Amino acid sequence: MSDASINQSDAGTDDASFGDYFALLKPRVMSLVVFTALVGLAAAPVAVNPMVAFAAILFIAVGAGASGALNMWWDADIDRLMRRTARRPVPAGKVTADAALSIGLTLSVMSVVMLWLAAGVVPAALLAFTIFFYAVVYSMWLKRSTPQNIVIGGAAGAFPPMIGWAVATGGVSVESLLMFALIFAWTPPHFWALALFMNADYEKAGVPMLTVTHGRRVTRRHILAYTVVLVPVALALLLTPIAGPVYAVTTVILNLLFLRGAVAIWRRDETMAEADRYKVERSFFRLSLAYLFLHFGAILIDAGLRSWGLWA
Amino acid sequence: MSLRQQHDLHKRRFGLNLGLGLVLAFIVAVLFGLTVAKVSVGGFQVGPAPAQTQTGEGN
Repeated sequence: MSDASINQSDAGTDDASFGDYFALLKPRVMSLVVFTALVGLAAAPVAVNPMVAFAAILFIAVGAGASGALNMWWDADIDRLMRRTARRPVPAGKVTADAALSIGLTLSVMSVVMLWLAAGVVPAALLAFTIFFYAVVYSMWLKRSTPQNIVIGGAAGAFPPMIGWAVATGGVSVESLLMFALIFAWTPPHFWALALFMNADYEKAGVPMLTVTHGRRVTRRHILAYTVVLVPVALALLLTPIAGPVYAVTTVILNLLFLRGAVAIWRRDETMAEADRYKVERSFFRLSLAYLFLHFGAILIDAGLRSWGLWA
Repeated sequence: MSLRQQHDLHKRRFGLNLGLGLVLAFIVAVLFGLTVAKVSVGGFQVGPAPAQTQTGEGN
């Protein structure tokens, strides 16, 4: 990308398409939020009216989209510098930063109020806290100030299954806390694996990712350490009623694979990684995506088996 | 040049207006459906419905 295009003003244009505004909501992140919130709701031992469930998941998704828009408003300056994010609507000059802020704030208020009316005060409060945590605690504070940014900031992405659970039960329980902990412990190895092969982006933008502040050797150690923490969290769900036979098989296989991948990353150095263009790190990153999706998919299938009476 | 000639800008704005209109119509439909669902479960109430386990123990 040329300097000229990089230096485009974030004043934006007034002819953005509908797709540009939709992209502000980070649809890919929204899809993960929808999925994990749906699993939290389906795994709960309380039946929810399908229309209420649909509306609640929709408002949770809108809340997630709102926090994405606020993040794009705040991070437009560094998004412009990173290859991975330079084509987002604000840095690309398609949507103004002010419009992103307005949309983010409007959708935040709307989603929280509507979730409150649809499902009660607890899920609404959790959604409000999630938006606040992602937009203010993570984006405005942690992201640019500490290499622990994604460790603590990961909490924002971990709330959706708790919110889904609260929609059904009206509260918080061990099961929903463990689903939260699963995403929370999964986030650091996932993002650090990405940072290992996208380090230049973060360095250029001055984002203090662990790879930038402490180097790749330390990051490799941290990936292994957090994976070791993640395994018992995933296995602990087996002690709760929401985990059934599908989850049991899935979690054992995935944790063995994930642990093996983390050890492989830990044993490598930069010469080996550069020789094969970070093949192991890229493969671990892809595995991490499957890890989360399949764990929550397994909980969803077990919930289905339970409701059809195929498993008590 | 005809004043009615379509420019790419018009297409984008039409797409934006159409998209926004559909979103608003969708929101109205969701709110209507939600209202019907809430009032049909023993009157409108804010919060989750009374506990009803999947096995029907709450009935």
